[in-house]
Amino acid sequence: MDSLLYLGTKKGLFVLRRGENGRYIIQERAFLGDKVVYVHPDSRNGFVYAALDHGHFGVKLHRFQPDSGWKEITTPAFPPKPDGFVDKNPHTGQEVSWTVQLIWSLARGGADQPGVLWAGTIPGGLFRTADYGDSWQLVDSLWHHPTRQSWFGGGMDLPGIHSICVDPRDSRRVVIGISCAGVWLTEDSGQTWVTRAKGMRAAYMPPEQADQELVQDPHCIVQCPSAPTTYWCQHHNGIFKSTDGAENWVEITPAGVSAFGFAVAVHPQDPNVAWFVPAIKDEKRYPEGGRVIVSRTRDGGEHFDVLHRGLPQSDAYDLVYRHALAVDDDGQVLAFGSTTGSLWVSANQGDDWELVNAHFPPIFAVQFG
Amino acid sequence: MPVVHFTQNLVRHVECHRLETTGDTLVDVLGQVFARFPRAKTYVLDEQGAVRKHMVIFVDGKQLVDRTKLTDPVHQSSQIYIMQALSGGV
Repeated sequence: MDSLLYLGTKKGLFVLRRGENGRYIIQERAFLGDKVVYVHPDSRNGFVYAALDHGHFGVKLHRFQPDSGWKEITTPAFPPKPDGFVDKNPHTGQEVSWTVQLIWSLARGGADQPGVLWAGTIPGGLFRTADYGDSWQLVDSLWHHPTRQSWFGGGMDLPGIHSICVDPRDSRRVVIGISCAGVWLTEDSGQTWVTRAKGMRAAYMPPEQADQELVQDPHCIVQCPSAPTTYWCQHHNGIFKSTDGAENWVEITPAGVSAFGFAVAVHPQDPNVAWFVPAIKDEKRYPEGGRVIVSRTRDGGEHFDVLHRGLPQSDAYDLVYRHALAVDDDGQVLAFGSTTGSLWVSANQGDDWELVNAHFPPIFAVQFG
Repeated sequence: MPVVHFTQNLVRHVECHRLETTGDTLVDVLGQVFARFPRAKTYVLDEQGAVRKHMVIFVDGKQLVDRTKLTDPVHQSSQIYIMQALSGGV
């Protein structure tokens, strides 16, 4: 209940805390006017990382330290592209620029790796730091993987890495989600990789290609910390779950109100409890009937509750992006923010919601920390 | 000597201000700029050394031609403006 709530928005970073009356209030504003596309509080040391996209001036990374405040740190960057090297998608002919266009995700390493962070980017580069972000190394094994040039964008023009799950049992084991190149696993801190999207289905491909692992578009993947063989995935055209460490995925059908959405959160102590924020599928992308609802399963996907108390039930066109739904470490408090700048919080696992503010800038990321 | 000016929008993020330089090409000039204001480099150029997509550089009123190698000539009296493009930001 004492967790801070961090919002990355189109016009800055907001830090909220729960006041004595139980309502969340803004404690700090940072980077006002600048686009904060991701925020990552690091529970190991109290640091906070903010990924900015300045548009004209490129992407930048900032770090907050409790004793010294915010400071710009090194931004992950690609090495020089070799002269004469042609980096084109063989199917689309699209050229891939070796420049970081977006820091789409950040994830801390394990407790045994205090300075380690991973950064997922567009155009599909994964980076790792071992010194709290003072320097970054491109994960060459993935960038130079023979399949990489065939990865393609999902929504964005170029592919990107948006989900990074560091296994709590073994920090060397990391699962990532790529739009669009499916799910990938390393068990040696990124030296080698294998695909792990078996069982996923891509409805946007011809039927004979629908089960190919490299064409899957996982919108967001989360891992249950207390039952780490369980992963949940909100995919472009469905909800998928793995209970065997991402070896196999099973589609959850029916998947509640709509199988389309971006965000997913899993209860930290119960792998059978997960939340989603559905919308009408891809060509529309707004809540069915203008009703904002949260979809919750408590039995591993057998059934879904439609949670709506406290949420607008008419003429609401809020879409919730993949990083904009969060659950706290106790699995009790949830928060989500929308493209139209609304932030809602629930103190009882989603049964009841309270509007914190309807006038934030468009919200990209919500994190407890 | 070539003189470099910066958009105020960049000054908001990193230290940089009017600078008198030497050299025959823009790459010479920018080398001195970034030696003096190192943090400005990644705001103007991407990691491949090219001018960022939504940045523009004017040399004596004309837009930079070689955005990747920065070989455009400059003269002793050149006025160089590092600006934002109107594209690329909301």
